[in-house]
Amino acid sequence: MKKFLAVLHARNMEFLRDRSALVWNLAMPFMLVFGLAFTFSGGNKDIYKIGVVGGIEQLTQAAPKLPTTQHLQFILYDDLDAAINKVKHHQMDMLIDVSAAPKYWVNTSSPNGYLLERIIWGVGADKFERQAVEGAEIRYVDWFLPGILGMNMMFACLFGVGFVIVRYRKNGFLKRLKATPLGAFQFLFAQLISRLLLVVVITTIVYVGCDFFIDFNMQGSYGTLLLVTTLGAMSLISIGLLVAAHTASEELAGGMLNIVTWPMMLLSGAWFSLEGAQPWVQNIAELFPLTHMISATRSIMNEGATLAQVMPDVWVLSLTSAVFLAIGAFVFKWE
Amino acid sequence: MPPIITATDLVKQYPGVRAVDGINLEIPQGICFGLLGANGAGKTTTIEMLEGIHQPTSGAVLYKGEPLGARYREEVGIQFQHTALQDFLTVRETLKFFERLYTETLPIEEVIELCSLTDILDRDTRKLSGGQRQRLLLALALINDPDLIFLDEPTTGLDPQARRNFWDLVKLVKSRNKTIVLTTHYMEEAYALCDEIAIMDKGRIVSQGTPQQLLTEHFGDVVLQIPGDDAGGKLMQMDIGAVPAGELFEIKTNRLHHTLQQLMDNGINLDRLRIRAWTLEDLFINVTGKDKAV
Repeated sequence: MKKFLAVLHARNMEFLRDRSALVWNLAMPFMLVFGLAFTFSGGNKDIYKIGVVGGIEQLTQAAPKLPTTQHLQFILYDDLDAAINKVKHHQMDMLIDVSAAPKYWVNTSSPNGYLLERIIWGVGADKFERQAVEGAEIRYVDWFLPGILGMNMMFACLFGVGFVIVRYRKNGFLKRLKATPLGAFQFLFAQLISRLLLVVVITTIVYVGCDFFIDFNMQGSYGTLLLVTTLGAMSLISIGLLVAAHTASEELAGGMLNIVTWPMMLLSGAWFSLEGAQPWVQNIAELFPLTHMISATRSIMNEGATLAQVMPDVWVLSLTSAVFLAIGAFVFKWE
Repeated sequence: MPPIITATDLVKQYPGVRAVDGINLEIPQGICFGLLGANGAGKTTTIEMLEGIHQPTSGAVLYKGEPLGARYREEVGIQFQHTALQDFLTVRETLKFFERLYTETLPIEEVIELCSLTDILDRDTRKLSGGQRQRLLLALALINDPDLIFLDEPTTGLDPQARRNFWDLVKLVKSRNKTIVLTTHYMEEAYALCDEIAIMDKGRIVSQGTPQQLLTEHFGDVVLQIPGDDAGGKLMQMDIGAVPAGELFEIKTNRLHHTLQQLMDNGINLDRLRIRAWTLEDLFINVTGKDKAV
């Protein structure tokens, strides 16, 4: 424990005294959230999203022209309640259920819903039973915030810990530690906890700071949000440790970290929802810890999901943390 | 007294290169043992196998009669040739950091005093001079009060004054009955510090013993140096083996009295005669067939 605390303290001091890195770590997510909040504040989308329960074939039978109408995106759902919830929160413009007598749900306060209703009436769906729902819109920034903070955490976790360890190995600091009784797991675990503390604290500061100006939607529990964020960061840091476990080349480590970060950046739902994407794309996305972290934090913040509801994500994040850290410690090289 | 560390048939094979080729060493407790050799001779590979940093391809290293294990890490101190420290920490914080990695340590104030670090305790380690940095690295190697200390070229790059200050420090450490294994580029450093030396060439030990033993063994003769200004002509005519060496003539002899008598008989003025002692540098060239270039 004494050795672990020594490494933890030394690493924390190194980070906190590196003012330029500290300021950059704090400023970057603020700039991203504000910049993108203003850029996308209009929520302009050139496509209407329609949820379908009961399958496209049934929809085609009920209204043959509807599935072929341009600029409409159809997303299949099994869970009717979850889909209705999305219409309530303006995350989907309309829901059509063709599993029995055709019905559609539209949010009475959604301009997109209003326009889409007029469109489907013109392509044969005017006989569908109308169900009105109400609910406040989840602003794009509310949907977007968990993604942007998660992505920022991903970079801070992966590159922050990965490059640090490669630098230590390259300049001989790890070789010096190898000559002491310090074990690989103690060293790696201290790096993990150090980075975890810094990432969680910085993310909390950024969240509170942005919330002061933008007033985010927060339906769920802050405790659950903190738990998911912490586990997500642990999982991402463990990937960084694994990537850096063997190499002494910053170029190679940079390439490997890019290979890990780019798919997560594109497919984890940080920038856009993967609903409606190809199933294989969604399956790949499920492999990424970032996907689970963003999905769970969005559910907590926007839909008030409880710990029990996000438990599958919690398990994935816990398991990936343990597995990546164990493999990282096993293959770790001091030189 | 049993040796503190022994190496038996130590071999390190890299693809296409046999860096260390069957080394045997027995280093007694309490001495300073010097490992000398040209670049590529295998001395760093050897010392790093002794340190337990690298595993030998074959052969064994025993510390106090036991294979290297967890106890070894607690009881040895190592100063690598190239090393880095955690950035943004002061000298005091760096000492405390390393102190906490060991179960038993010297009082930190004792190490500070021993290595003369008092004036630089609050200085960022990145802002230390070469000599200050080497003193700190030695302090880190001493912090666990090790019985065995490895110093890999500790004074390379230091100015002459800083190097001599470091020698004094090493002598002070040695006076505490510590065993020191030292590699160095400087023959005068080995002569000043080492009780026993081994000269390596092509992965093997080619000569080993106390510095004086080796000099006596390899150089039974002495070198007489005589200014050539007025005696050069006569010296060259004599069958005495005089060789020009700059402005001097050098004569190697193992019969000093006889040679001096010959010179006097031939009227050579010996007022400015000098007798040069052989150095480890001469020894190094003699046994490896190389210039010092280490």
